[in-house]
Amino acid sequence: MMSNLTGAERTKAMIITGFGAMVGLLMAIVGHDDPMGAHGWITLLFFGVLFFVVGNAFYDPEPTEDRAALYYDDPTKVGIILALLWAVVGMSMGVWVASQLAWPDLRFDAAWSSFGRLRPVHTSGVIFGFGGNALIATSYHIMQRTSRARMPDQISPWFVLLGFNLFCILAASGYIMGITQSKEYAEPEWYADLWLVVVWVVYFILYMRTLARRNEPHIYVANWYYLSFILVVAILHIVNNLALPASLTGAKSYSLFSGVQDAMTQWWYGHNAVAFFLTTGFLGMLYYFLPKRAERPIYSYRLSILSFWGIVFFYIWVGSHHLHYTALPYWVQTLGMTFSIMLLVPSWASAGNALMTLNGAWHKVRDDATLRFMMVAAVFYGLSTFEGSFMAIRPVNGLSHYTDWTIGHVHSGAMGWVAMITFGSIYALVPVLWRRETMYSWKAVEWHFWLALTGTVIYVFAMWNSGIIQGLMWRTYNEAGTLRYSFVDSLVAMHPYYIARAFGGLLFLTGACICLWNVVMTIRRVPLLAPALDYPTSSEAMEPAVPAAE
Amino acid sequence: MELTHDWFVGAAKSFGLFYLMGLFILITIYAYWPSLGGRFDKAAKSILDDEDGPVQRENKEDTPCQ
Repeated sequence: MMSNLTGAERTKAMIITGFGAMVGLLMAIVGHDDPMGAHGWITLLFFGVLFFVVGNAFYDPEPTEDRAALYYDDPTKVGIILALLWAVVGMSMGVWVASQLAWPDLRFDAAWSSFGRLRPVHTSGVIFGFGGNALIATSYHIMQRTSRARMPDQISPWFVLLGFNLFCILAASGYIMGITQSKEYAEPEWYADLWLVVVWVVYFILYMRTLARRNEPHIYVANWYYLSFILVVAILHIVNNLALPASLTGAKSYSLFSGVQDAMTQWWYGHNAVAFFLTTGFLGMLYYFLPKRAERPIYSYRLSILSFWGIVFFYIWVGSHHLHYTALPYWVQTLGMTFSIMLLVPSWASAGNALMTLNGAWHKVRDDATLRFMMVAAVFYGLSTFEGSFMAIRPVNGLSHYTDWTIGHVHSGAMGWVAMITFGSIYALVPVLWRRETMYSWKAVEWHFWLALTGTVIYVFAMWNSGIIQGLMWRTYNEAGTLRYSFVDSLVAMHPYYIARAFGGLLFLTGACICLWNVVMTIRRVPLLAPALDYPTSSEAMEPAVPAAE
Repeated sequence: MELTHDWFVGAAKSFGLFYLMGLFILITIYAYWPSLGGRFDKAAKSILDDEDGPVQRENKEDTPCQ
């Protein structure tokens, strides 16, 4: 893969990785009596390995093919594999922490394995590791195809993909060591945050440069969704992570915000992470891969434009619904609630648009598990956005907030919508990217589909039951006007649901492991696709230089 | 000017409302502008077959021999 880089690009890659390794060494030296020092060693190791990988190919012959005739897919391929590895890691952590809630002894009495440290490894692992890598990889694929243009250079896509993974590694390893700034979904400390800003700015520039090279007059709507993801996540990340480090040689920092302003900033960030990380980017995936797999154009392109602007405009205001009945001014809570309800319109427009596209292709949905993944994702998107709008209504929130209902809602979105559309897209993408005839095992795709769906349904129903029982127990009074149940009573009532939840998660994890195995076997064992047309191919592909028909 | 609570409520109820309505009208006009229909249809269909590589601007090989 590195031999596809030109000599100048190899030199540039070695300078970047060499510089990164030196920064890692510096962090290790100045932070030697702080957990930051361990992060320095990790950074040094990360860049050091990459330095030798590039260096190993430094004297290889230069690539010979006409690069202008090809899309650059190497980083996309690596991104897909990384996404699946993170899926297995992140979901395993999820099953572990879910089991800890049912059987607390599974903590094994260590500090690093406590719920508070492992839980962010799970959330960051699945959101950023799995979701983020899948978004970056598919965005590389889609931006080039829809623009009919190759990415402008071969260094920045690697920088973004691998740099983002360094951020994910620093995040996960930091949580285990106890490094956190205690902001949900924004736990990593200042130096990791600064690094992500650099990576993200390069990502944005790369996307804009590719679009600027496009050979299509109109920018396909999937790109709008991806761009909103990149741009808004940058703004959210920078503002919410504004902090002063206690010292430049240690990990600890203090947020610039305090009190209710801190809470509002955090949930403005937190809910828009759901909106712009976990929704708009994945809608971009949906708007590209679902029509392509169904072999039908999107039902209404105009509706996709309307719902795009509706989603980006409404979502940015809804964060305050996380702070009902708090010190936040009442009108700000009401504003968040109102926009949350209005948000249902563009959300259902997107879900409906996806499902209407399948009209006339339902026989394909029945036969093709890949398309079924995408169909189920659209259904869960519709369900969870309805649920979200409903839960944002203040009196409903009074029952649901701080209970497992919220966890159920998040997972119906994360498992039912985000993970399903990602798996569907991966199954659609892998044979195309590696130019294989088909996936290694369609039966395994079917197994994955049913495991994922069963796991999600078990998980979500367990948490709905658990959450509503919890909410009701916490607000039940006796004749004397005091609380009828203690907190521990409600905890005992949760136990069967916690077991069911861990089991549902285990099924979902099993499906993800099958997916990784199936993708690896597809790459290793499935024969190359005999080209029906004389598509341009890379010199590595070993395909005939003449059209197959000749 | 002091940014008071009342100022924010007033701005949200006046400017905020018309900003939202204005954006909605502009976007709807754009999405339903009749002459853009062809471009949107073309874009929607363009993704169905896009594996034939980037567009080649100068394809000298295809020019017929003189």
